[in-house]
Amino acid sequence: MHDMISVKNVSKSFGGHAVLLDFSAEIPLCGVTVLRGASGAGKTTLFRLLLGLEQPDAGEIIGVSGRKPAVVFQEDRLLPWASALENAALGSDEARATAALTQLGLGESLCLLPRELSGGMKRRVAIARALAYQGDILFLDEPFTGLDEENKRIAADAMLAAHIPVLVITHDDAEAALFGDYCEIVID
Amino acid sequence: MPSKRKILQTALIALIYLAIWEAVSLLVGKELLLPSPLSTLSRLAVLLTQGETWFYAGLTLLRIMTGYAVGVLLGVLLAVLTARSAFAEALLSPLRAIVKASPVTSFILLALLWLSSDMVPLVISVLMVVPMVWTATAEAILQTDPRLVEMGRLYGLTRWQIVKKVFVPSVLPQFLAACTTSLGFAWKSGVAAEIIALPKQSIGYMLYQSKLRIETPDLFAWTLLIVALSMLLEWLLVRGMRRIRHDA
Repeated sequence: MHDMISVKNVSKSFGGHAVLLDFSAEIPLCGVTVLRGASGAGKTTLFRLLLGLEQPDAGEIIGVSGRKPAVVFQEDRLLPWASALENAALGSDEARATAALTQLGLGESLCLLPRELSGGMKRRVAIARALAYQGDILFLDEPFTGLDEENKRIAADAMLAAHIPVLVITHDDAEAALFGDYCEIVID
Repeated sequence: MPSKRKILQTALIALIYLAIWEAVSLLVGKELLLPSPLSTLSRLAVLLTQGETWFYAGLTLLRIMTGYAVGVLLGVLLAVLTARSAFAEALLSPLRAIVKASPVTSFILLALLWLSSDMVPLVISVLMVVPMVWTATAEAILQTDPRLVEMGRLYGLTRWQIVKKVFVPSVLPQFLAACTTSLGFAWKSGVAAEIIALPKQSIGYMLYQSKLRIETPDLFAWTLLIVALSMLLEWLLVRGMRRIRHDA
């Protein structure tokens, strides 16, 4: 296994519009790496390329295949018909999901459906799902959207406590600082 | 359990309809044209004491419900196929359009040419149910949020788990609604097919015989029985569906 994800000269266009052009980066597979860039710079596209959800038009990405990503998308992506516990247990089991939800302060809301949860609670369920999954890398796209300061800190601590590499997209310096030391990759 | 108030309200509504029926029947003044509720209900009571009524009703139910079940199954299979394959959709959608647009009597007459009279109501039920279940289910499959499917894949769900945890709950409301609507159509068209195809042991045959012998109270009584069975079927289906929704 590589200890680095290598993004080599990757280009990606959608409908003739180049989102990433000849982009290269080395993403360390330890600690926290923050991916930054202006709105529309291609952060989410790179995120999807790293996850294998899109294929590059040119270039290559080395070091991701064979790893098990635990993902928090920009949207919560919760199953509307499933409880907080069932959502968090997707891909893992109820014991791990209960532990993750409790860690994030949702121990009393296990049976609630997404429509019964506030925006911040839904976000925490999405984070709990990623933590319960016990992946090899934590991929986070704007993970703290809708959370108050205390819950941001609790969530960041829980992510760090997982002791796996974290790759996070955020445009907010204060949110990046919640992870303590981190590497930074800028897409421009 | 329905409340006392609800039962009273239902009884009152039934009484209003019976009173209107009685009044119109008195106005018409000819049992041959419009029998009174009393003569219809007493005729129905007599029919219900006869074993052959239940036997014929059972066979009618069996034919139509078999067709309904086959139609639902076929509708789901076609929905999955056409939602997954653009070619299958292009290939099969003209057939769906033809079945939807053609008068049911055309199919009944054609089916009579090709099949035994016993099979006609069954096949007609299938033809009524398939396009409804097919269309609704295929639309629901296509409307399933692809982001949830993507998320399921990333979280290591197998194809079967994605079907069970994402597609089935997403498709279920539209599928169940189509099942309820198509049951009424299957029932009405199935009985109509019996009236034309005349399988000997059927409600449709008895209905036709009443018309032939100008026994209007019998005609009304059989029609009431058809309506009652249809309502019973729908009630059972809705109860069953509530359970499925609850379990899903």
